[in-house]
Amino acid sequence: MFRGITFIPPDTKIDFVGQRAITWFVSAFLTIVPLVLVATVGLNLGIDFQGGTLIEVKTKENPANLADIRGKITGLGLGEVQIQEFGAPDEVLIRIASQPTEEEQQASIAKVKGALGDSVEYRRTEIVGPTISSELIAGGTLAVVVAMIGIMIYVWFRFEWQFAVAAIASLVHDVTATIGLYALLQLEFNVSSIAAILTIIGYSLNDKVVIFDRIRENLRKYKRLPLVDLLDRSINEMLSRAVLTHVTTFLAMLPFLFFGGEAIYGFAVAMCFGIVVGAYSSIFVASPMQLILGVQREAFSGSPSAAKDKSEAAARA
Amino acid sequence: MLHFQKWKVILVSAIVLAGFIFAAPNLIPASALQGLPNWIPHRQVNLGLDLQGGAHLLYRIDEKELVEDWLGTIRGDVREALRSSRIGYVDLAQNVSARSVSVRIRKPEDVDKAYTELRKLAVPVGNDVFGGFSGNDLEVTKSGDKITLTATEVGLNDRISSAIQASIETIRRRVDAFGTTEPSIQREGRNRILVQVPGVSDVQRLKGLIGETGKLEFKLVDPSANAAEIALSKKVPPGSELLFSDDDPPIPYVLKDRVMVSGENLVDSQPGFDSRTGEPVVHFRFDAAGAKRFGRATQDNVGLPFAIVLDNKVISAPVIREPILGGTGQISGNFSVQEANDLSVLLRSGALPAKLTVIEERTVGASLGADSIDSGKKAAIVGMILVVAFMFAAYGLFGLFANMALLVNVALIFAVLSLIGATLTLPGIAGIVLVIGIAVDANVLINERIREEIRAGKSPIAAVDSGYSRALIAIIDSNVTTLIAVLVLFWLGSGPVRGFAVTLTIGILASMFTAVTVTRMMVAAWLRWRRPKELPL
Repeated sequence: MFRGITFIPPDTKIDFVGQRAITWFVSAFLTIVPLVLVATVGLNLGIDFQGGTLIEVKTKENPANLADIRGKITGLGLGEVQIQEFGAPDEVLIRIASQPTEEEQQASIAKVKGALGDSVEYRRTEIVGPTISSELIAGGTLAVVVAMIGIMIYVWFRFEWQFAVAAIASLVHDVTATIGLYALLQLEFNVSSIAAILTIIGYSLNDKVVIFDRIRENLRKYKRLPLVDLLDRSINEMLSRAVLTHVTTFLAMLPFLFFGGEAIYGFAVAMCFGIVVGAYSSIFVASPMQLILGVQREAFSGSPSAAKDKSEAAARA
Repeated sequence: MLHFQKWKVILVSAIVLAGFIFAAPNLIPASALQGLPNWIPHRQVNLGLDLQGGAHLLYRIDEKELVEDWLGTIRGDVREALRSSRIGYVDLAQNVSARSVSVRIRKPEDVDKAYTELRKLAVPVGNDVFGGFSGNDLEVTKSGDKITLTATEVGLNDRISSAIQASIETIRRRVDAFGTTEPSIQREGRNRILVQVPGVSDVQRLKGLIGETGKLEFKLVDPSANAAEIALSKKVPPGSELLFSDDDPPIPYVLKDRVMVSGENLVDSQPGFDSRTGEPVVHFRFDAAGAKRFGRATQDNVGLPFAIVLDNKVISAPVIREPILGGTGQISGNFSVQEANDLSVLLRSGALPAKLTVIEERTVGASLGADSIDSGKKAAIVGMILVVAFMFAAYGLFGLFANMALLVNVALIFAVLSLIGATLTLPGIAGIVLVIGIAVDANVLINERIREEIRAGKSPIAAVDSGYSRALIAIIDSNVTTLIAVLVLFWLGSGPVRGFAVTLTIGILASMFTAVTVTRMMVAAWLRWRRPKELPL
């Protein structure tokens, strides 16, 4: 009978934590460079966070005559206007800067429709007023912070504070790296980007918790093993699982990059990137952090068999 | 491990079966579903506005206007109260930013009496659920000869609440006339109304219909004034006002301030055609009081023009040829059929209590929605095929078990989404795919654990047993953390993002059920049947 291919051999002995001098550098790079990017290049903020008007049209001629459309719209006196191809050669995205009042914003749409008339099909219109955009910024930031705190409390409750701190540190790493990607590729940063970040937080933590779980188990099992070796052992034991899980999730998200359409493209890019970064940070950030924080073995004292009984009791409950 | 209690097997099988039954309607086109007998489940997943096309409009009610209106009413009440108690007063004034009305009493000996009288104007508002009241709508204070009535926060909130309530009713009547299916109109926060209309194509017209205040007034034209001159000089005679028509260029009219009859007295309005000219008009009918007032006013002014004014714009100004005593009439104004229709809807639905401003608008055309469904479907199917193939490649038979559980999982997601009437959005489709990844993770954890146990020298049954029980803790811990993030997303998000959070939450819960229970029963059944000496893992 077909047993399945063993992609990762069971007895790997890779020196993950031992290489921490290098990986600390990489992690620091992945955390700091995005911040620099955001500060210098900046994020391509969507209308969700900036306010403004967005109109997606499909032109009757293919490809669209961008110059013609630009000519018709720049004369309307609406301030900064961006016109770009969107997904297909006959699809055009028109972005108009936020107008001083909500009424003027409404009027801007009417003006554009007046100028373009029936020469195009209006596929999507979004207007975000200044009140809403500032609320969305506050809400988005709050959501990320609340999610992190909630997760920290849960991990603290289920493990030890060192694990909670390590989890948060690696999540900060994942979040800044993802935001950096948005700045680097100049992907539009909007509400669905916040959704992507929160999902990455949840998914990436999922992975860290699984490794923490094994570290905890091994702390009970191997009382005399040096912490570095114990961490490496735990990671190696979970390596096959980690690789397989991330490959499947990555495979599941990947088609959205190619077939998902423009509306979800940015989200899919962030998710695919987040899956990879999350996998990296589980191994190279969350686990070696335990060395710095100094996990107390006494916290997991008790004979291994007693611990096993306890966990099995929990499993049955 | 091998033996499950009978009720457990029955329960799990029942849930799985129910999942497939309630998910099934989603595979059948809605039109075909209509013809099926009633006992077959009919509920399908609601598609979000981003997939179906439609309009999402967030309105804010004009609080300042409400306050001004209210202060105007208070002023009238103060005047009335002081007059009827024969108390002399001066300097009756309102201050919008302080939300107050103040008045000075002429004679010092009247101040206490006036204070007592004016205090009667304050009424308790804001009944809470426990039946107690949270305060009065006005706070009345005096200092020297000056009495101030200040609108309280509770009073204002009460005003806003009832204005929002009235607006929602009005908007509902207007949107219903639009003839779309299942519009949703609800209050959001303190002073907002969210209107969601699926499948609407002419959003501009929809917005025009919702946003129009719809205040109808019949006023006499001032026959002594020369409108054209006054429009230039801006010197409007006292007791009159200058208004314009909606024409291009606008035609000025000088109208008497006094309202003959207003839209509040209207009981019905219907679009129709003029019996002589055949042009589209709106027929209207007044209630008894309105008919009486309109009759008297037209009787006294035969031969003079009057104006029909909607939201301070003159629609038409016909000459009164004869007294209109029956309380019915028609409005003409070079309307198209659609304009006459919309105007009659507007009049029938009543006026909005205050102006509404669009502060957020998201509309998706039907064609873009259909494209999004197509691309979402395609991506989801390809993603699923990749995952299923990979799981089989990695774990063989045990991968097949996981894949079957995956199928159950997807069916459960659709069943729950259909049953609770949740909305599927494009990000929601991505959420389902993400759940597939997460669900598979549980089985990866279990299978890897079983492999470890086999290497540790355990028998197949013991390896499977401890594989499941030991992986369980990690599965629960990891899924709970994901759930925390997703719940925050639900709390934060609206529309498509919330749809994503909903599918993800249902999916994660379903995956914990399928990965742990369903696969375990399948593996157990297989072990009992084949009694293998070693596991194909």
